Amino acid sequence: MAVKIKKPTTENGLRKIVEEMSGVDLGTCYQCKKCTSGCPVARLTKSVPSEIIRRLHLGAGNELLDSDLIWMCLSCETCYSRCPMQINTAAVIDALRVLAVEKKAAVQQGNVPLMNSMFLKTVETFGRTYDLAMIMAYKLGTGSIMSDTEKFPAMLQKGKMALLPHSGADKQVVKRIFKKSQQSKGTVK
Amino acid sequence: MKYAYYPGCSAHSTARDMHESAAAVARVLGIELVEIKGWLCCGATAAHQTDRVLAAALPAANLILAKEMGLDTVVNCAACYNRMKTSNHEVSTSPSMKAKVADSIGKEYDGSVAVKHFVEVLLGEYGLDKLRKRFKQSLNGLKVACYYGCFLVRPHEVTGFDDPENPTSLDRLVTAMGGVSLDWPHKVECCGGGLNLTRTDVVVKLSGSIIEMAKASGADCITVACPMCQASLDLRQKDIEKETGKKLDMPVVYITQLLGLCLGIPQKELGLNRLMVEPKAILQAMK
Repeated sequence: MAVKIKKPTTENGLRKIVEEMSGVDLGTCYQCKKCTSGCPVARLTKSVPSEIIRRLHLGAGNELLDSDLIWMCLSCETCYSRCPMQINTAAVIDALRVLAVEKKAAVQQGNVPLMNSMFLKTVETFGRTYDLAMIMAYKLGTGSIMSDTEKFPAMLQKGKMALLPHSGADKQVVKRIFKKSQQSKGTVK
Repeated sequence: MKYAYYPGCSAHSTARDMHESAAAVARVLGIELVEIKGWLCCGATAAHQTDRVLAAALPAANLILAKEMGLDTVVNCAACYNRMKTSNHEVSTSPSMKAKVADSIGKEYDGSVAVKHFVEVLLGEYGLDKLRKRFKQSLNGLKVACYYGCFLVRPHEVTGFDDPENPTSLDRLVTAMGGVSLDWPHKVECCGGGLNLTRTDVVVKLSGSIIEMAKASGADCITVACPMCQASLDLRQKDIEKETGKKLDMPVVYITQLLGLCLGIPQKELGLNRLMVEPKAILQAMK
């Protein structure tokens, strides 16, 4: 499969910054495509793991951040596990996710960044996840209020959904960790 | 045998049965699990998709607490296990990450606290021979598809759990309990759990093919050691049936629930009432 890329919109492309952020040397990839063969979502996405790597080789810029694989990737790490050159493609995808949010790339179906930020908001607030608040906030944000509503009664009855947040976490430490994370935002460039 | 126990957030929500059954099994076997006081969420997938330092610092903060207890850490949730092992790997292989994590938490951490999945404790430290002697009941030839998913086995250089392509830990436990562990191809496929709420269609496809393969391989049930896998296969099974129009009726239980049954622990203490797909086939076989 030939990989064609548009004229890069970023000078020098994203390769260097992605390599820095992920700690991965992309130079050793010889496009054997084992990553793509084992990827559980490759048959559902337009872009596939080996193509993302190749496009980085060829100097792709910010347009790469609109690739659907970035948010469809399940972080299952099959790509990394099977790569003959031990390239951590999952870490490359993580770096692209951080850049996609930072550079405000197109929001894709499912809005994973919103889910991630709601998840982390509950952790920052309570020290532990609070599913009910996270799910409600996500549903409101995506206008998907009615999805899965039929599951709530059974989950509540079976004790698989807590009404109140769980207490007991060391909130001071968690606040500090999140504050530090906020402060370092954007410094990866 | 005494360990610092990290329950993880799902222990109080979607995976209460995982937590209850592991606690009951540990109690009966005399394995002491001391909950880490003040534990924090490990950050899970959301953290590592957002900020690499945050993703290393959250687990490290918990491991610092375990270190102060002077104990190895035991985890039941495969996702927490994976994040903790990754954090250990990050701080022990990268001096700059170690410094960033120390700055984030306000305390130094060197990545030295051993992190073990409860299954590793049972097999590696308690031992199968000793365990066999404790069983009061047998699975009586129940056909079990042992499903490992991603987080326990990948990346192998980080988790070091069993074999990354053909793990047998759960199979060995099932065989010891008198069950038949099936040879099937989907042991380490991904259930799609990370997209459970955002792209349910993907979870339905991936988990659907896992359950169908288990069924085609002759399974009476699937056993797991990860709450994400359990939620995808059990909680989403109705959605899968709706999508494919095929009745699956495949119980998906934690390995600690099977162990608990064989150890003679009452069903209620094992959280069997919390499963969405009733474990009728299992209880029938054990009669």
